[in-house]
Amino acid sequence: MYTIKTYLMAQTLEEAYSALQKNKSNVILGGCGWLKMTRKRFWTGIDLSGLGLDRIEQRDGWLEIGAMVTLRQLETDPALRGLFGGILPRSVERIVGVQFRSCATVGGSVWMRAGFSDLLTALSVLDTEVELYHAGRMPLEAFFALPRNREARDILTGIRIRLDGRDAACCSMRNTATDFPVVGAAVSRCGPGWSVAVGARPMRAVRVPEAEAALAAGDLQAASRAVEALGYAGNLRGSADYRRKVAQVLVRRAAEEILHREGKQ
Amino acid sequence: MRIKLTVNGRQFDRHVPADMMLLDFLREQGFVSVKRGCETSNCGLCTVWVDEHPVLSCTYPAARAEGKRVTTIEGVTPEAEEFGRFLAARGAEQCGFCSPGLVMTVLAMRRELRNPDEQQVRAYLAGNLCRCSGYTSQLAAVMSFLKGGDR
Repeated sequence: MYTIKTYLMAQTLEEAYSALQKNKSNVILGGCGWLKMTRKRFWTGIDLSGLGLDRIEQRDGWLEIGAMVTLRQLETDPALRGLFGGILPRSVERIVGVQFRSCATVGGSVWMRAGFSDLLTALSVLDTEVELYHAGRMPLEAFFALPRNREARDILTGIRIRLDGRDAACCSMRNTATDFPVVGAAVSRCGPGWSVAVGARPMRAVRVPEAEAALAAGDLQAASRAVEALGYAGNLRGSADYRRKVAQVLVRRAAEEILHREGKQ
Repeated sequence: MRIKLTVNGRQFDRHVPADMMLLDFLREQGFVSVKRGCETSNCGLCTVWVDEHPVLSCTYPAARAEGKRVTTIEGVTPEAEEFGRFLAARGAEQCGFCSPGLVMTVLAMRRELRNPDEQQVRAYLAGNLCRCSGYTSQLAAVMSFLKGGDR
């Protein structure tokens, strides 16, 4: 369990940002599910939950999701079921339980850049941008590439996803229902272009450009081979070879789900 | 720091440590139905409602509950006892340690889902672990409770 000396319920983002700059051991509190597993000693815990960052809105061709939106909100928001093949609710519905998902936040999940994140795997195949209070807006991949030390003092205020009408699907393999994924996959199609991502390798989700080109050429076999060629590692949930095999199946299933829906239309 | 909130309809105005979790606050105020199970945000034993949403009180900072309505099993006693009778009738009640969290989740589910099927119920309750029952008798009790059927 972490320790905090003082608690700041921020009234403005500027207040939260300047509090964050004041002391290296000040921290932004997300859902706290992971933070509480650490023994870190913080000075000020900065809470963003009073800033209206808990909204999901569609504006000017973008889906905007605030940093304090919970995973449970993603799962139950009626509009999200009809967007991108329902990939956002699908991606989070197997994470621990309802109570956990009512605590865990989108901002915390994205900020952590965790390998096991089902949400990041899904966001990787959508046209996703991350919004930081100081550094501004950037594509998800640019956010991933930021050096941790430099942006560590910034605040993630939300994400936005271009409403480009794409269809998407994701799936994961888990040893037990509520456990972390052994490996996960997400696929999307926007016009002629495909996107493929594999997560929980167990490293962070990555796009697979060779698999995307193969799907665009209608070659599921070649897509499978490209997924096979990715880097995987072993841990207590599965070996690298096991993940390599399962990932190919998951990518194929997700692609077939999209093709199946297209066939129906 | 100072927080004001309501627990089971009663106003509380207390000074709490900045890193206190809601679970410890509630137990300190005498709501000892709230149990700590895993301490890894997984088991659901510590489930309470914040503004009607079931949350893990072991993971929810007490300070974040400022101005919120918190409900524990002590605040929904008649309904909890009614469901308890369904559990007992199916032999689903064993050591009882996980029951308060399970009951709070089942009662929240009853408010949230309309005529859920067994799959939906399983998905909703997946975050409540029980090391005794194996879940089959629990699930039977929950389904019959939701249908308002025979005990």
